[in-house]
Amino acid sequence: MEVTLTHFLIVSTLLFSLGIYGIVTRKNAIMVLMGIELILNASNINFIAFSRFGNFGLQGQLFALFVIVLAAAEAAIALAIVLNVYKTFVNVNVDEIDELRD
Amino acid sequence: MNVYDLIFYLFAALTLLSAFFVVTTRNIVRAAFFLLFTFFGVAGIYVLLGADFVAIVQLIVYVGGILILLIFGVMITNKITSVDIKAGTIQTLPAAIGVGLFTGIIGAVILNTDWFIANSEMPESTLSTLGKMLLNEYVLVFELLGILLLVALIGAASMARK
Repeated sequence: MEVTLTHFLIVSTLLFSLGIYGIVTRKNAIMVLMGIELILNASNINFIAFSRFGNFGLQGQLFALFVIVLAAAEAAIALAIVLNVYKTFVNVNVDEIDELRD
Repeated sequence: MNVYDLIFYLFAALTLLSAFFVVTTRNIVRAAFFLLFTFFGVAGIYVLLGADFVAIVQLIVYVGGILILLIFGVMITNKITSVDIKAGTIQTLPAAIGVGLFTGIIGAVILNTDWFIANSEMPESTLSTLGKMLLNEYVLVFELLGILLLVALIGAASMARK
């Protein structure tokens, strides 16, 4: 079977689902971040696959680049937040952090 | 089955297997290293789709930047010398059922849709076209992303120093 758009979309769907699973089940905040990265990668595969097989020129690849930039910014901010949470609560388990004030 | 298909299946298997281990392994450092293989596999898929520049950016930014940040986060927020590097999971069964249903629905939609496929040949190099697009039609987005990165990095640095 020749590899076409469908194959790439299926790979992207599976990657997205694994990311969702990671976000939902993990306790550690950094593991939740890894799940978000998987989801962003899945969306990028979709963008680039449609850019390759559709008729839009290279706009899909450009948006994939924008997504990568946003992922970098998001990772930096999220890590700073996680560090602050660790200083306050001494762990980063998202199910135990349920207080907004001291 | 030609070489292109074979390489695609290889990269797809690498990506999905290591992504599966990322979300299931209990050791955080191991999960970070499996994430490395996932990013490599995704970069290979980009190359197969003719996106050479995006693949390089994926390697530089994700593997060289984001993954290093994540590993730093793991090492700072866990006592690396003690055994407290494990991460627990909660609600795995309902999550597996829900995600499985979701995957099934989306997969059925993808398989049953008659996708329009343009007969465009693979571009030689995307670099010059991407550069021209970035500095012509998308120059506003480009500049805004630059400002966003600057603001995000300054914010992250000041938040982490407090």
